[in-house]
Amino acid sequence: MLARGEPVVWLTGSGLVIGLLMVTVLVGYVFYQGLITFWPRPVVALTTPDGRTHLGEVTRTDTFIPPPDLIPGLTGALRERAEAQTAREEGALGRRLLRTGNFELTGEHFRWVEDYLIAEGGESRPEWALVFERTTWGRFYGFPTALVLGGEVVAEDPSRIWEMFQDHHGGDHPAGAVLRVRTASGEEKELDLTEIVRAYPANRLGFLDKVRVYASRWNEFLTAEPREANSEGGVFPAIFGTVVMTLAMTILVVPFGVMAALYLREYAKQGWLTSVVRISINNLAGVPSIVFGVFGLGFFCYIVGGGIDQVFFSDKLPSPTFGTGGIMWASLTLALLTLPVVIVATEEALAAVPTSMREGSFACGATRWQTIRRVVLPRALPGVMTGAILAMARGAGEVAPLMLVGAVKLAPDLPLDLEWPFMHPERSFMHLGFHIYDLGFQSQNSEAAKPMVFTTTLLLMGIVLFLNAAAIRLRSGLTRKYTGSKF
Amino acid sequence: MGMPLMRKESTAMDAKPAPFDRLAAIVAGETVPPEIHSEVKAEEAILQVEGFNLWYGEKQALFDIGMPIPRGKVTALIGPSGCGKSTLLRSVNRMNDLIDTVRISGNMRIAGDEIYGKAVDVIELRRRMGMVFQKSNPFPMSIRENVVYALRINGERNRAVLDEVCEKALRGAALWDEVKDRLDESALGMSGGQQQRLCIARAIAAEPEMLLMDEPCSALDPIATSRVEELILELRGDYTVLIVTHNMQQASRVSDYTAFMYLGQVVEYGPTARLFTNPRLKETEDYITGRFG
Ligand SMILES: Nc1ncnc2c1ncn2[C@@H]1O[C@H](COP(=O)(O)OP(=O)(O)O)[C@@H](O)[C@H]1O
Ligand SMILES: [Mg+2]
Repeated sequence: MLARGEPVVWLTGSGLVIGLLMVTVLVGYVFYQGLITFWPRPVVALTTPDGRTHLGEVTRTDTFIPPPDLIPGLTGALRERAEAQTAREEGALGRRLLRTGNFELTGEHFRWVEDYLIAEGGESRPEWALVFERTTWGRFYGFPTALVLGGEVVAEDPSRIWEMFQDHHGGDHPAGAVLRVRTASGEEKELDLTEIVRAYPANRLGFLDKVRVYASRWNEFLTAEPREANSEGGVFPAIFGTVVMTLAMTILVVPFGVMAALYLREYAKQGWLTSVVRISINNLAGVPSIVFGVFGLGFFCYIVGGGIDQVFFSDKLPSPTFGTGGIMWASLTLALLTLPVVIVATEEALAAVPTSMREGSFACGATRWQTIRRVVLPRALPGVMTGAILAMARGAGEVAPLMLVGAVKLAPDLPLDLEWPFMHPERSFMHLGFHIYDLGFQSQNSEAAKPMVFTTTLLLMGIVLFLNAAAIRLRSGLTRKYTGSKF
Repeated sequence: MGMPLMRKESTAMDAKPAPFDRLAAIVAGETVPPEIHSEVKAEEAILQVEGFNLWYGEKQALFDIGMPIPRGKVTALIGPSGCGKSTLLRSVNRMNDLIDTVRISGNMRIAGDEIYGKAVDVIELRRRMGMVFQKSNPFPMSIRENVVYALRINGERNRAVLDEVCEKALRGAALWDEVKDRLDESALGMSGGQQQRLCIARAIAAEPEMLLMDEPCSALDPIATSRVEELILELRGDYTVLIVTHNMQQASRVSDYTAFMYLGQVVEYGPTARLFTNPRLKETEDYITGRFG
C-alpha cells in the first residue's frame, strides 16, 4: 500500500478537499448574503397586545430562552401561546427582528417582536404599505394618504397617489411636492419628494418589479456616494479609491522590484551577502502589515510629506497638504509591503531564463545590459507579471496599514477628477476594505449596516478577481509572445 | 609536465611514431605533444592556438593546446565527452569569461590579433565570430529580429540594410524559402531543425571571420541533421568553421580536418580522410573504431 503511495494520495487529497471546502463555504456565504441584501422583502404589520402595530421588514428570526418569570407572569391567550411554543421549541420562544424605520418618530430603526405576542390574525401584509429609502433618517414605512403638489392635494386614493408619485418622483416636480403618509400607529408625516431616494409598495410587487428594485439598488450601490453614515447608498468612491490605489501601488512596486531583482540576480556577485539580502527580503514579507502602516505614517506622511508642505505649501500651514495620509502615501506604503513578493517572483523568473539564451546573446557580441534588456527581461516578463498579480492581490486586500496612511470613512472628493490638476495624490480616499471595517464595527446603525458588509465584501472580492483576471490575461498574452509560438 | 620516459622523437614525417601508450601517459597527467600532420601546417591559419591552458578553479581542463585552424576550411574536434572540446571552442570567443572560476594561460590569435591580450575588447572580439550551440537558442522575438540581432545591438537602424542582411543570412542558412512569409512571427514557433538553422543564420548575419559550432546537430532528428550538414558544406570556403561533434560519421562527412582530443589534450590532428582511414596513431584508430570512448 505504502509502496504504491495510496495513503499519501489520500492525505494530500484530503488537504486539498479541506482547503477547497473552506473556500467554498466562505465564498458561498459571502455570495448568498451579499446577493440577497438588495432583494426587496415583503412588509409585515404585526399587532401586539398593547394595541400597537409595527410595520416593517423581517430581517432576522431567532429563538431565545425566556427569563424564568416571563411565562408565569403572563395571562390568558398570551400564556397559552407562549406555553404551546416553549413545549414545541424545547423551552425557547421565537422572535423576529423587524426593521421598522421611522427613526425620527420612534427613536429606533429595529425592534424585536416576540411571536407569542401576535394573536391569530394579528399579522398581515398590507397592500399599500410603502417602503421609502430617504436621504436622511433612514427608511420609512407607512401608508400614503395624499399627494400634494404646489400646496394642492392632487390625489387621495393610494393607487392614484402611487401612479402620480411615480410620474413626479425623480423628474422635475413643482416646489412643494409632498407625499403625506401615515404610519402604522396612526402618526401623520409629510415626506418631501426630494428627500425620497426610492419608494415601492413592497407587498404589491410582482417578480419583475422586484428585479427592478433589486437592479436599481445595485446600480445605486455601484455608482452613488454613501448616505446615512455609509449604511445606505453607494460605495462608488470606495471602489474608485480601491482601484486607483491598487493600480498606483502596482505601478510603483513593479519597477522597484524588477530593478532590485535584476541587481540581485544579474549583477551582484552571488555570495553570503546576497544570501543575507534574500533572507531579509523574504522576512520582510512576514512583517505585520500594520508595521508598514506605522512606517508609512512616520516616514512618508510626516517626514516626506511634512517636508513637501514646508517647501511648497507653507502658506497653508499648519493645516497639512501632503503632511497627512493620502492616496500617494498609501500606495507607496503598500508598494513597500508588496515589494518582497515582486522581488522573489522576478528573481525566480530571471533564474528560469535558460543560460543558453544568455550565452547566445553574449556570443553575438551583446553587452550584459543589452542581453538583459533584449533577451532576459522579455523572456522573464510573464514571471514578473505573476509577481505583479500576487502583489495586487495582497495589496488590494490590505486594510490595517491604510487606516494610518490615508483611508478614511468618507471622502467624496476622488483622487482623480476633472478639476485641475486632475490628479490629487495628497487626497485621502475611501477603500472597500476599510469600508467593510467601518460598516461592521464603527456604524451606529449596525443592524442596517451589516448586510452592506456582505455586499461590500462581495464587491471587493469581485474587484480583486477582476484585476487579477485582467493581469492574468495580459500575462498569458505575454507568455504566448515570449515563450510560445505566436506573437 | 615531465617528458614521457619511453618516448622517441619521430624522425620521418610519415613514419609511424614509435609505439608508446599516449593515453596512459595522458591519464597519468603527462603533457604529450600532439601528432599534427604536415597538411595542416601547410594551410594558412586563421586561428593560432599556442600553449593554451585552461583551469576551472583547481581543475585543469585544457593542457598546452597548440594548433592552427586553417582559413576557409571546416575543422572538427572529436573525442570522448568531457575531453574539453566545448571548453576549447568557447575559449576562442572568450565565452569562458562568463564563468568566474576560469583561469587561462597561453595565447590564441585570430587573423594575427591577440584574443587574450589586455587591451582586447571582448564585445568586439565576439562580433568577429559566430557561435552555434548544442541546443538551439532562438531569442524571444521575431524571426527577423533574431537574425539581425548582432546588427541591432551594434546600433544598426537602417531598415533596408537590416532587411538585406536578414534575407542574405536566411538564404545562407537555407531557411529563406521556408520563413520568408513569416519573418515577423515568433522564432519560438519554428521546428527544432528550423530553429537551429535560424541560429546559424543569426551567427553568419554579421559576416563573422569564423563560425564556432558546438555539436549543432545533437538535438536534431536525422532529416534536420542532414540539412544542417549540407549547410555546413555550403558554408565551407566562405567561412572558417570550427565544429565540435561526438558523431564521427558527421565529422567525416562535413570536415576537412579533424583533431582528436583526449582529457584536455590534442592527440592527433590531420586531414579528415586520413585520420579516419589511416590514422598515424593507434590511439586514434582505437577511438575511431570504437574500441574506447
Ligand atoms: N563550468 C564548468 N565548471 C567546472 N568544470 C567544467 C565546466 N564546464 C566543463 N567543465 C569540465 O571541463 C571538462 C571539459 O568539459 P567540456 O569542454 O564540456 O567537454 P566536452 O565538450 O568535450 O564534452 C570536463 O571535465 C568538465 O567536467
Ligand atoms: Mg561539449
